[in-house]
Amino acid sequence: MENVFEIRDLSSWFGENQVLKKIRMDIAKNSVTSVMGPSGCGKSTFIRCLNRMHDMTPGFRMEGEILLDGTNIYSEKVDPVYLRRRVGMVFQQPNPFPRMSVFENVAVGLKLNGRKLSRADISEKVERSLVMAALWNEVKDHLTQSGVSLSGGQQQRLCIARALAVEPEVLLMDEPCSALDPASTSKIEDLIEDLSEKYTIAVVTHNMQQAARISDQVAFFLMGELIEMDKSGKIFTNPSDKRTEEYITGRFG
Amino acid sequence: MPGTISFRRKAVDRTMKALFCLAAILVILPLFLIFFDLLIKGGKELKLTLLIDLPHPVGEPGGGIANGIVGTLVITLMTMLWSVPTAVMCGIYLAEYGKGKFASAVRFAADTMTGVPSIIMGIFGYILLVLPMKRFSAWAGATALSMIFIPVVVRTTEEMLRTVPTTVREAALALGIARWKATLRITVRTAWPGILTGILLAMARIIGETAPLLFTALGNQFWQSHLDQPMAAVPLQVFTYAISPYEDWHDKAWAGALVLIAMVLVINIAARVITRQKR
Ligand SMILES: Nc1ncnc2c1ncn2[C@@H]1O[C@H](COP(=O)(O)OP(=O)(O)O)[C@@H](O)[C@H]1O
Ligand SMILES: [Mg+2]
Repeated sequence: MENVFEIRDLSSWFGENQVLKKIRMDIAKNSVTSVMGPSGCGKSTFIRCLNRMHDMTPGFRMEGEILLDGTNIYSEKVDPVYLRRRVGMVFQQPNPFPRMSVFENVAVGLKLNGRKLSRADISEKVERSLVMAALWNEVKDHLTQSGVSLSGGQQQRLCIARALAVEPEVLLMDEPCSALDPASTSKIEDLIEDLSEKYTIAVVTHNMQQAARISDQVAFFLMGELIEMDKSGKIFTNPSDKRTEEYITGRFG
Repeated sequence: MPGTISFRRKAVDRTMKALFCLAAILVILPLFLIFFDLLIKGGKELKLTLLIDLPHPVGEPGGGIANGIVGTLVITLMTMLWSVPTAVMCGIYLAEYGKGKFASAVRFAADTMTGVPSIIMGIFGYILLVLPMKRFSAWAGATALSMIFIPVVVRTTEEMLRTVPTTVREAALALGIARWKATLRITVRTAWPGILTGILLAMARIIGETAPLLFTALGNQFWQSHLDQPMAAVPLQVFTYAISPYEDWHDKAWAGALVLIAMVLVINIAARVITRQKR
């Protein structure tokens, strides 16, 4: 299978504190990769390296390479703004733009990232993104309503629609369900499965059942190290590392 | 006994609540006293002619402050024309980019300027514009008022932008929006009602300022459409009328003050309406 991301010996620091240690990982095209591990092991730090969200964090430093279709995304040639159009992100807390309607929330990325699109084009792309995010039926009559007036689960799907609207190739999700109720969680899990036909998805989760349900591959992180990465069927039934086994059987974390 | 303690605590609770409430009454009392005093004393001059006529010479009955009302509006708008963009952009700089020593220096300067007595700003305008131009002018008046307006709006803009959660900025950047665009079109937009409220409150403040205009706009008995000439303003007229020895001018001073308070009140109400819409 073709790899979208190839991560080579990625180490990173916040000041003196080393958070990631020599991570090597491949992320295959149109697959769902889960990143799992106890709190504070560096999952968010790792996934935010993939769209250069740390660029403005003071004290952040990294070594190693992250190749996207063979190009190191941290090389001089790569503009982080363009990179983020290819690699979208959904955050832990649903964060629709306040003071924007449902429609504007989805349209704003299209409007502000420099492409000249007609109104009709924008409307069409907004609708398509909302359909893909499985939200269209719920909001099609309330498009002018404020985005933050939706329920938590709807807000998160709105954020997914917002990310999809700019037509990325990769979608990064940092614990997208941790602030949601079980019903909304299962909606988003279904959505992730559907989206993986067209998109490459990396999801951070510390919920093992979720990782097992949605992912093709699971990476297990512990204290900044990638302990093991394998097919989700394998890692939950027959992990090769003792620490993975201890984690999935609930002996720590 | 536990019962007695609870009884005493309740009594103390009530007394303290009454004291806090009393303080609140003391705070709003002057506003009402001033307003009623003005209504009584200025009410009889509050006619249509006040709003549409030029001032009449002493002894001649009638006359108004129309040129002052227009002058105040013109000088205020001139001030805001260049001060709003400058102050808002400076506030954006401080909130979104300002981490170093330079930013701290700007913050400190703005805070200091907020505390400088307004007459100093008048003298500043006098030295900077009136002396070189060799005449009093609306330009000089607006310059002096800018010195009061800008630091206030800089700091409120910065504070309002700081209330925008980091997650909003991150979400914008993650969409592949350039940083300056994300700042202007998303972060500033999110904080805009608060910024606008700050602008209006600062505007209400400069509308009533007298001291900065004494050495700059100076005042004028007539209509003046040239911005490089002395221009009338309501606070200046109130000041001139109030210190004059003539009884009928005193009445005009009261009426002028009433007009001024009404302007400030309208702006403050507008600010409130905007703040309320925020939710
Ligand atoms: N912006 C930051 N500045 C300094 N330290 C940070 C920052 N973000 C995360 N860290 C540190 O990095 C470590 C890993 O955090 P994180 O990647 O958020 O873990 P996880 O997402 O797995 O819970 C933690 O020790 C945390 O304190
Ligand atoms: Mg995290």
